[in-house]
Parts: sequence; C-alpha cells; structure tokens
Amino acid sequence: MDTAFLPPELLRMLIAALFVVTVVFVNALFMVYAERKIAGHIQRRPGPYEVGWHGILQTLVDGIKLMTKELVIPRDANRMLFRVAPLLAFTPVVMPFLVLPFSENLTIIDMNIGLIFILAMASLNVMAILVAGWSSNNKYGLFGAMRSVAQNIAYEIPILLSLLSVVLITNSFSMRTIVEAQISGLWFCLLQPLAFIIYLIAALAETNRAPFDMPEAESELTAGFHTEYSGMGFGLFFLGEYTNMFIVSSVAVAVFLGGWSGLPLPMDAWTGAFWFLLKVYILMFIMIWVRWTYPRVRFDQLMNLSWKYLIPFALLNLIVTAVIVKL
Amino acid sequence: MAEKEQFISLDAHVAELAGRVHGDGGAGTGMGAPGPLMRLELADQIMRLCQANSLWPMTFGLACCAIEMMAVGMARFDVSRYGAEVFRPSPRQSDLMIVAGTVNKKMAEAVVTLYEQMAYPKWVIAMGNCAISGGPFAVEENYAVVEGVDKLIPVDVYVPGCPPRPEGLIEGILKLQEKIAGSRHPFPQNRHPKRGGLA
Repeated sequence: MDTAFLPPELLRMLIAALFVVTVVFVNALFMVYAERKIAGHIQRRPGPYEVGWHGILQTLVDGIKLMTKELVIPRDANRMLFRVAPLLAFTPVVMPFLVLPFSENLTIIDMNIGLIFILAMASLNVMAILVAGWSSNNKYGLFGAMRSVAQNIAYEIPILLSLLSVVLITNSFSMRTIVEAQISGLWFCLLQPLAFIIYLIAALAETNRAPFDMPEAESELTAGFHTEYSGMGFGLFFLGEYTNMFIVSSVAVAVFLGGWSGLPLPMDAWTGAFWFLLKVYILMFIMIWVRWTYPRVRFDQLMNLSWKYLIPFALLNLIVTAVIVKL
Repeated sequence: MAEKEQFISLDAHVAELAGRVHGDGGAGTGMGAPGPLMRLELADQIMRLCQANSLWPMTFGLACCAIEMMAVGMARFDVSRYGAEVFRPSPRQSDLMIVAGTVNKKMAEAVVTLYEQMAYPKWVIAMGNCAISGGPFAVEENYAVVEGVDKLIPVDVYVPGCPPRPEGLIEGILKLQEKIAGSRHPFPQNRHPKRGGLA
C-alpha cells in the first residue's frame, strides 16, 4: 500500500467524513420518525401511518418537501448572518463524532482531550442560536435566543461538574481511557449515581428539549429563535437538534454506561458498536418519553433548578469524590 | 354618523387587503409561486408528491371550527396518519393555512399578513360556513364579518359544515392532496381498496 494513490491517513479521513455525514443524516431521519411515532402511541393514536409501510417514508418525504420550500429572508434581517446561522448550528454538532468511541477499533481519533473537545463544540451551538435569533430581526427570535443563552450557560456548569467527577477517577480526558476504566471496573453510573442523574437532567436542558424547551416555547414565543427560518434553514436547525441529542446520549453512554461493553459478540473490537448504539438509542427513547410526558417548566423554575439544586449538588459530589480519591 | 364612517373605512380597508394578495398573480391556486428557471418533468412530479404527502398546517384558529381542527390532530381522527399533524407555530414553516372560523373585518388584516408571511408553495383550506361565505352572518344587517375568506386570499379547498366534522376536514386535506399531486392517495401513500361501489 506504499504506492497507493491516497496516503492512508487521507483515506482514513475521507472514510471518517463519509461515515459521520451518513450517521448524522440517517440518525435524524430515524429519530424524527421515531419521535412522531412514539408521540402518537403515547397519545393513543398511530402516528404517521399511510405514507409508506407504517409511515416509514414520512420523514424522507418531509425532508424533500423542506428542500423545495421557498427560502424567505426578511427585509430587515442581517442577510449574511441570517444565512450563516443554520450552518453554524449544524457544523459544531458534527465535530464531536470525531472522538466518540463507538467500539474499540471504531474510533476516528482518540484525542487525549476528547471530553473537553466535545464540551467545547457543544458550547458553540449556543452561539449559532444567538446569531439566528439576532440576525432575523424578530422579537420572538431575539427572546428565544436570549433565553437559550441564559439556559445553556446555566446548564453547562452542572454538565461539566458531573463529568469532572468521573475524570477525577480515571485521571484522563480521553474517551477511550474512560471506557476502558469501566470495562475493568464498575460502570460509572453505579459509582457516581448522583453525577449520572445530574448529567441526564442537564443534558435535556442543554439540547433544548422539553420540558426545558424554553427557547422555542410555542405558546409564548411562536417558534423561538427559528421563527423566521423557512425550508431547509429550519431543517438544518432540526438536524442539529437531533444530532445534538445523539451526542449528549453518546457522552452519557461513554462516560457513565460503559461505552461499548456488553455481552460478548464475535469480532468484539468492531461489533462493540452494537452495544454502544443500543444504549444510545435507549437513552434517546427516554428523552422522547420525557418530552411527551411532562409539561414545560416556567423560566424561573428552570433557572432555579440549575443554580439552586444541580450546581450545588454537582459541586458537593465533586468534592466528595476528590476526597475519596485522595484517601 | 361617526360610527357609520368607521364601518365604511373598514370596508375600504378590506377591499384594499383583498387587492394585495389577488393582485400578485396567486389567484385561485396555492401554486402561484414564482416559477423556477428550469422545469424537469420527473423532478417536478416527485416534488409534488412529497409536498402533497407532507402538508404542515399552521397553528391558527379563529373561532369554534378551530376546536374541530384540534380534534383532527388527536386520537380517534388523527391526521398524523397522513403526515399532516406537524402544526407549525410559525407561518414561515407551514404549508397549509386552515382558516377555521369567522373572519371579522378587524381580523382580515392579520389573516392576510399571515398568508403573506407563509413561504411558497402554500395552500389554503376554508373550513366551515363562516370562512366559506359568512355563514349565519351573511345577512343584510351584517357590518363586521367578511363574507367568505376567498374575498381576501385564494382558497384551494372548501370544507362546508357548521362546524364540519373532523372527518370532513380530513377529507378536505385528502382533496387538497389530490389537487396537488393529481390523484387520491398520491404515490408513497398506501392505497385503500374502494369499498361498496363509492367512487
């Protein structure tokens, strides 16, 4: 392979890029369908049913329709920022795929700052929402964006603190090392149950999902930060949201639920991805379940929950962990 | 006297609103979109099939018909079977405006604005007698109600009733699909056997 046309590292990059894009789109298609179907069954109705077998083609059809819709740019909007915002929302949520440990061999790059990389990329999402709300020159858009910024800043702290308490045990930010520490020992959701629960709650808020979907609360803010977006601009925000769900669930699985470990399968180094994805989709199912079960919280309740309860408890957990590790 | 003048100015306002939409070439169909530069027969057809199978309505109700419209989204009737349960709160993201209820002359402004804010391609269903022709308000003494929303914006499908039953609205949506794609239950949709010699 020395004389190959493409150097192996470049080939690897191309395959990785293809893989990531495929996963993002297939995941979004599947999740939108699953969400509508589960929502339907929770409300005692079948959900999408007639378009394709049991409505299986519904999201595909919706996607094509979104692409054919007119792209409206309001007259008073900041044209460039308005156009850039959906891309800004979409790109950073794709980046964390680079460091996710799907299985022992199916990791694109094993960075020694993997966890920090994911958190940094996740915070970029807030900026996209702010740019979207600001540039569309719409009061609902701006309100939605402002709420989103306040909410995401408040909930990034408990996420960071809860993940830090795991990092204290493993002594490493590398995703692979964290997973391997759980395979040789206990899963961290058993060692750190408080951190796990705090992470799950904060992750719901971080992805702007109900019951914490304040940035797009329909009854108060029309559609929040994407009020002015039509067609695929709105579609990209949607894709970003579902990819974001995938990312936070993957981090939860890698850090707390033992990553690719599970019952032994043939060719374990590759097929471990099965267990990883299974756990991820179970977590995502729980997120959908929560969305269609609980009503939206008020904004002050949302802020109180983070600043008064999640952050103090996460800090306490961190201190206790630090003391125990030191002893 | 002053009141009378106010009514007259409202009438003039409604007439002006009606001119706003009917003037821009969209009259009669929801397909008065600015035409594409190039037309490909197959791509066009696929587009229409997709648009027909994913009609997202706007969260928008004016009167009691809106209650029936909500019933359409819930269990028992469930319009989501045809992919039309995604009620978008923002007019930019919705394809279908269901005018569910009485359109007052004061409300006319808002209805026309919402219609104009929707992105092409867009369609309108006039639901209930009030939206079709003014219904019980179409009398000589009427001073406040627009007698038929089609005086303001182009309407694609009329669903009569006072209010129409939810099945009626679903039939209206199926009719609209037929209008867009050219056949009842357009392609990816399951075809139902015809029963009892109807059709």
